[in-house]
This record gives sequence, structure tokens and C-alpha cells, in this order.
Amino acid sequence: MKKLLLSAAVAFSMATTAIAGGGEDTHIEDFDFSFEGPFGKFDQYQLQRGMQVYTEVCSACHGLRHVAFRTLGDEGGPHLDADTVKAYAANFDVYDKELDEDRSAKPSDKFPGSALDNAPDLSLMAKARAGFHGPNGLGINQIVKGMGGAEYIASILTGYTGEEKEEAGTTLYKNTAFPGGWIAMAPPLEDEAVEFADGHKNDLHHMSEDVSAFLMWTAEPKMMARQRIGLLSVGMLLLFGVLLYLTNKKLWRDIKRKG
Amino acid sequence: MAGIPHDHYEPKTGIEKWLHERLPVVSLVYDTLMIPTPKNLNWMWIWGIVLTFCLALQIVTGIILVMHYTPHVDLAFDSVEHIMRDVNGGWAFRYLHANGASLFFIAVYAHMFRGLYYGSYKAPREITWIVGMLIYLMMMATGFLGYVLPWGQMSFWGATVITGLFGAIPGVGGILQEWLLGGPAVDNATLNRFFSLHYLLPFVIVGLVAVHIWAFHTTGNNNPTGVEVRRKSKAEAAKDTVPFWPYYVIKDLFALVVILVIFMAVVGFMPNYLGHPDNYIPANALVTPAHIVPEWYYLPFYAILRAITFDVLFLDAKFLGVLAMFGAIAVMALAPWTDTSPVRSGRYRPMFKVAFWVLGFDFMLLMWCGAQPAEGLIPLISLLGAIYWFAYFLVILPVLGWTEKTLPVPETIEADFDAHYPPKSGSAK
Repeated sequence: MKKLLLSAAVAFSMATTAIAGGGEDTHIEDFDFSFEGPFGKFDQYQLQRGMQVYTEVCSACHGLRHVAFRTLGDEGGPHLDADTVKAYAANFDVYDKELDEDRSAKPSDKFPGSALDNAPDLSLMAKARAGFHGPNGLGINQIVKGMGGAEYIASILTGYTGEEKEEAGTTLYKNTAFPGGWIAMAPPLEDEAVEFADGHKNDLHHMSEDVSAFLMWTAEPKMMARQRIGLLSVGMLLLFGVLLYLTNKKLWRDIKRKG
Repeated sequence: MAGIPHDHYEPKTGIEKWLHERLPVVSLVYDTLMIPTPKNLNWMWIWGIVLTFCLALQIVTGIILVMHYTPHVDLAFDSVEHIMRDVNGGWAFRYLHANGASLFFIAVYAHMFRGLYYGSYKAPREITWIVGMLIYLMMMATGFLGYVLPWGQMSFWGATVITGLFGAIPGVGGILQEWLLGGPAVDNATLNRFFSLHYLLPFVIVGLVAVHIWAFHTTGNNNPTGVEVRRKSKAEAAKDTVPFWPYYVIKDLFALVVILVIFMAVVGFMPNYLGHPDNYIPANALVTPAHIVPEWYYLPFYAILRAITFDVLFLDAKFLGVLAMFGAIAVMALAPWTDTSPVRSGRYRPMFKVAFWVLGFDFMLLMWCGAQPAEGLIPLISLLGAIYWFAYFLVILPVLGWTEKTLPVPETIEADFDAHYPPKSGSAK
């Protein structure tokens, strides 16, 4: 237990090191996600595929403790129908305080937390690792290329080189995206690890992209509503601004003798 | 009331007179809104409205957030996620509040540098300036306390580092730090008192803002020429001024809306851009982030804090850093007395202009240094930046006042205004 905690601590601190330092020695690939930019949208089907990858692979060790099952039915998310959400939730066991025992989950429950002590919860991963504000900490990549935590996650999943080493009894795996270059997580995905019902490509690259999109949604489930309201308020304020500009111009015309 | 002569409120109807004799509130509002304002104010005079808006925005969004937030070390982080996910519009209130703090500081820095350039701090506006500095200090405190509340990694470690500064004071430091924290380390008692103070201080700021406005409504606004409004008679004053309503209310509102377009674009499309990703990791006392950075608006002073890397006599570097950081703010408050120039506005001071823009660059440079790990050349650059900061207020301002050859200053505000907007030949005015 202590060892697990320790390695989790090491993994955490290594991750934060590179985030703060700009991660010069790491390589983050620029994926082209559908949700980038002010007009970006989550691709509902990509989120569903990503959810499948999460369910079949990630959830063995990691949790999503902030995410309620019911939100899987929300618009701007995977948008599953109510019955599917109910059936999906029933696959998970959660602890019930009143019964003082585990029972199968209902839509109103949240996903279980991580099963493994040193596997971080993934609910907020896409925002907690959004920080490669490169170059030189100026954040230009984030503005120009729309790079964020989803890119980081996808780069980790595709960044394994196959090298391994032993350190203090733990196996570490070489990863080009992970700060410090060595990660404690064994390569979780390989080609065709998951079979998609819609026949979508299931090579490593595509699965990584899909699950990263899903984790972006779990971290920022209200993103589409946010962008819509952002656009609406910018538009309305612009209109209001034009009216105020004209009012102001007319108001000052006599004072400035432009009449 | 002293100040610029203008028409005052006269109660006309019976009920107005009745109220006026008992509580002259209408008169207060009328005189505040109709105050004669120099007619040559430029776009740098809009920040006061932006700041007032920010204060209101922060209080309103903050009060709503408090309804759903739980100030407890085990629950705080999750309650913020609850706001983001389950509370109707909660994500909007939180992002408005978090980015509202950034807008608040952008506006206050613009407002302060405006004051520094146009000599707004000089007599007779010293009190306005000092009260402004107090507001700024309160803002810094409030922002810091608020950043601790989500109880993420940066919240926790930021609180640890900043309260540690007080621990650096020789003698009483340890006791003082423990008293601030409510215990030997940052814990639940700390979170609770920070929450309490974060709710209290904004209302102290409201009070100080009222005094700030009272003070400059007594002296009248400064303006880009630095020349005072003529106030021998109402007619003379009217030539230099326009009433605040509607002229500046509409102008300021227009500017505010333009700024809000950018603000809402940030809130809508990149609300986490100015935050630190580590704060989406729950606070963990066992894991120190390798690089603890404060929010961007503290970075210049954080850089000054870290610039002192050497002990002097019996004073250690950490304590000297703390002194330098608070000193950097204190010297700004001294500007009304260290600036010896008889000319108020920087517009007519060629040497001062250079020194001022170097100060602006220095501020940005220090901000960048504050965000970098303190290694390599960063401490040296920070030290040079800190030296210039102090030199500007303590050496350059007094010396320039004695040695600088200034440009001719316009006789009146009206003359300056007419030079920009020449009267039409044959027109009445």
C-alpha cells in the first residue's frame, strides 16, 4: 500500500514538474479534435466510442468519481437514451451509504472512483493536464492550435516506445509524452483492443483520439452550452456596442463641433 | 461641497422637499451624476467604470457561488465540481467569477498606470491615490484568499507559500504564521477563515471605493493635460467641463461593452486559459508541485520577492524578499511626495515619458520572470527589474522633477480641447 502511494506520488510530481516547466523534453502531438475553437462541437458518436474504450479498458484501474451516469444522456455529451443509460449504469457496482453495502449503480449515481490506488481519477484529467502552455509558457499553442488536455491524453496513449525499466521494484515504461519520459502505467491500448459496433477504425491512434475526446467531455461536460452562450453573449454585446457607439457619437457631436 | 461650481439639486414638488429635508439622497445621486467632468478625458479614463462593474460582478457571482460551496477540506473541491456539473448555470457563475478576477486586475493595473502617467496622484489628489492603493492591497488579499477556496493543488501550496512569507519575519514570524493559519499548517481552520475573510473583504472594498469616489469628486477629476478646471465661476467651469451624465456615462458604457466582448469570449471559449491546470488536482499535503506559481496578477511582485537571493548582515534573503515585495507596493503610495515636478501630466515631460515606459516594460518583464522557474538568469533579471522599480519611485521621480526641461502646458482645458476640435468659424460656440 505504501509503495503504491509512493509511486502515485512520484507519478503525480513528475507530471506536475513538466507541466510547470513547459515540458520541454516531452512531445505532445497536435490532434485535430472536433471540439476545438469557438465553433467546435463534441462528436456524439466519438464520445460513445470513447466511452466504450473507457469502459472496456481504462475503468479496470481508473475511476470517474465526479461524473454522474445520468449525464451520459445529456445533450452535448454522448447523448444516450434513458434505457441505455440505465442498463449501462447497472454494469457498475457502487457503495450505498444507507444499505452499507455495494449495489449495482442507478443513473443518479456517480461512476466509481479508481480501483487502483495509484491510478488517478480521470474525471478532470483533461483539464488538470491542460498545461503545456508552450512555447516559453506563453500559451500560444493553446490559442493557435487549440491544444489542451485531450491532446496530452492522446499523446500519452500513443507515446509508448516499447522500452521498459525496473526502478525500486516498479516497472516503468518509456513514453515520449510523459514528463520525465518514464510512466508507471503499462501501455493500456493496442490496435484492435476494442471492437466498435459502428465499425469505426480501431487502431491505436483512433481509439486514443476517441477516449481522449470522451475524457474531455467528462472534464468539461458543459462545454457546448458554454460555447453557445459565449457566442450568443459576444454577439449581443457587439450589437449593444454598436448602438452605444452611435449614441455616444451623436451625444458628443455638438461638444466636439462635428455637427 | 468644495470643488467645481455647478448647479445643485433643487427639490421642487412637495414630496421632494419633504424627503430632502429629512434625507438628501436624491441630491446626493444628482450631484454625483451631474458632477462637472473635464471634457478632454481620453480612453484611459474609462477604467473606473470597468472596475466598478468588476466589483459588482464579483460580489453578485460570489454570493451565488457561496450558496453551493462547502468550506471544508474534504468537501470543498467536490463542491466546486458540483457547481460546475449539477448547479444550473453553475459553470457560468464560476467561470465569470474566476475570469472576473483577472479582468478586475487588468483594469486596476491600467487604472494605476494611467494615474502614474498623467500625475493623477499629485496634490491635491494624494488621498484619492492612497485610498486607491489600499483598495489595490485589499484586492490582492481578496484574490489570494479566493484562490485557496477551490482547494486544488495550487490553492493549497499557494496558501502554504504566501503564509510562509509572514513566517519569515524575524522574531514574531512563527507565531504570526500560526495565527494566520489557525494551526501549525494549512488545514481546515485555514480554509474556513480564508472563506470568511474572502466574503468580508469585498465589502470593505465597497466602502473604500465610496471614499475613493468621494475624494476625487471633491478635488475634481484629473485630465490628460493635468491642468485644473477653472473654478472661479460657474460659467468659466462650464467651458472646461461637461456633466458626467450623460456624456461620460454613455462613453464609459460603450468602452465597458467593448471590453466585455473580449471578456465573454474568454469566458465562453477559453475560461481556463488564465488559470493553472494543477488546481484541477485536489489538494494534497504530501505532494508538492515542482513549480508553485501564483495567479498572473501577483507575478511582478512575486518576481521581486524571489529576486533577493542573498543575506544582508543578520537579515536573511527570505525576509528581505518579503520586505522588497511589500516595499515595491509601498513606494507607489509615496509617489505624491517623491515626484517633485511642478508639471502634473507626463504628456509635457519628455524625459519622464521615457522613464515611465521603461517602468511599464519593467512591470511586464517582472511578470514574465515571476512565471518562470527561479533558475539560470531569472533571479538576476528579476533583481535588475526590482532595482529599476524602486529607482523609478525613489530616485527618478524626485531627480527628474528638478532637472527636466518640460514642454509648454496649455493654459486651460478648453484651449487643449479646442486645439483638437477647432471651433468652426462663425459658429456660436
